[in-house]
Amino acid sequence: MSFLVGENMTGGYGGADILHGCSIAAEKGEIAVIVGPNGAGKSTAMKAIFGMLDIHTGSILLDGEDITELSPQARVAKGMAFVPQTANVFPTMSVEENLEMGAFLRRDDISKTMDEVFESFPILKDKRLQNAGELSGGQRQQVAVGRALMTQPKVLMLDEPTAGVSPIVMDELFDNIIKVARTGITILMVEQNARQALNIANKGYVMVQGRNKFTDTGEVLLNNPEVRKSFLGG
Amino acid sequence: MEDLLNAFFLMSNFVFVPAIAYGSQLALGAVGVTLVYGILRFSNFAHGDTMAFGTMFVILFTWLFQSYGINLGPLPTALLALPFGIIITIVFLLGSDKFVYRFYRAKKAVPVTYLIASVGIMFVLNGIVRFIIGPNDQRFADGERFIIKAKTMKQFLGTAEGVSIKVSQGLTVVTAIIVVMVLFWFLNKTRTGKSMRAFSDNEDLALLSGINPDKVVAVTWILVAILATIAGTLYGLDKSFKPFTYFMLLLPIFASAIVGGLGNPLGAIAGGFVIAFSEIMITYPYKKFVAYIVPGDWKPEGLVQLLATDYKFAVSFIILVLVLLFRPTGIFAGKSV
Repeated sequence: MSFLVGENMTGGYGGADILHGCSIAAEKGEIAVIVGPNGAGKSTAMKAIFGMLDIHTGSILLDGEDITELSPQARVAKGMAFVPQTANVFPTMSVEENLEMGAFLRRDDISKTMDEVFESFPILKDKRLQNAGELSGGQRQQVAVGRALMTQPKVLMLDEPTAGVSPIVMDELFDNIIKVARTGITILMVEQNARQALNIANKGYVMVQGRNKFTDTGEVLLNNPEVRKSFLGG
Repeated sequence: MEDLLNAFFLMSNFVFVPAIAYGSQLALGAVGVTLVYGILRFSNFAHGDTMAFGTMFVILFTWLFQSYGINLGPLPTALLALPFGIIITIVFLLGSDKFVYRFYRAKKAVPVTYLIASVGIMFVLNGIVRFIIGPNDQRFADGERFIIKAKTMKQFLGTAEGVSIKVSQGLTVVTAIIVVMVLFWFLNKTRTGKSMRAFSDNEDLALLSGINPDKVVAVTWILVAILATIAGTLYGLDKSFKPFTYFMLLLPIFASAIVGGLGNPLGAIAGGFVIAFSEIMITYPYKKFVAYIVPGDWKPEGLVQLLATDYKFAVSFIILVLVLLFRPTGIFAGKSV
């Protein structure tokens, strides 16, 4: 039984179904990546796992527990963290306040966790009193990920973390994601930069039109000629 | 030299001191408006009449205390009545949220719907206040009237001009400073205050972080009730209480909030002073002031008044329109209207 499972998910935003029997799973401490063409339903699948979308068929299981009926806030309390693609920081609040808000549900001493986040993202420590809205795109992404880590989650879900970010910063971000996974946190990631993402993935899911098309380890998918032809550009 | 001193005293007495007092009152009102805009995301047109509602109950309790012979010595008895007025206003605003605004929040209405609903609440408050206390002027200030009297100052210094500072004006400034300090401490240092700023900044992310929207809404209305009642009472002590005047205050208050940048409390305070000083300085007859400054044969014939005092609100209105046209996000770059 995988740690995080989205089983046979079917649903949409209210009108037509976008997901058709899609299944995603990730082991503890593993990096699972969802790739696919535009409009394939990648972000939709992740939102369904987080509870921002209602699925009428299928279930979501976290560590064996069925969480399908829980609201996103309740899932956060269970140990899930979600980093949206856009508007993922509080722009008029300082970096430090952003991290404090990330840990809002926690009532214990959060300074140790904050120190850990500053250790993983040293540039945030330098800019801790600066408003998050004044930072560059890459630094803002780090604030967004740091904010999500403040709840000490078991699962970290990232929606296109490298969107609009320069190649060097993208490498840095992926390095940080690997570091986070090594601490035992399960990572589920949707990415457009398929090649780089599959490079660091333990498990890759290629989705087309709301369905699973290919599922395998990142390395196998990278070398699969059909996958390469469709999304990786040969 | 003595002429310059007289000129300074003249300006202080008729422009600076009144403008600082008026600016503080507008600032407190504008902060209430800006909090609702920033956190609840709509323009609250009922704010002026909320101030009237709160002040009305402060007046009623003041009269009650005065009839029992309770007073505060040199300070106005209204200060004792203030907490009672605040509590009643809190109850009303929480009730208006429960029975009116919550309905629209559940339907995810657009901001203009809330605005129209607030106009409805404005009319209800309007009616309640006139029904209970009547539409006429009410004076409820008691205690000492002046901290410094112009006459005393003139006698003491031997100058032609002096400066009066009324107790109500001094009280306004001191109260405004205390209220603003407490408010900023609350918003910047407490967990609840920070959660409200987060909610104003990025509502979806705030909800994802586990911030309770109902609590944020309730605390916002409580703050608005406190600010509106204090602002209304200070204005009533300084000038007088007349329900219609409070309704009219909506214009300079909104102008202050917009000039400072909607959603930004610091901006609202700055905006309050900008509007107050503009209103008073543009409608002040400078004849006497100029007479003190310039040499003998340049003394002006006319009043040297840019606009008649009847046009005070036109000044706020013009500033409001200019800001909306040329810099809608205000001085401190708040949310766009």
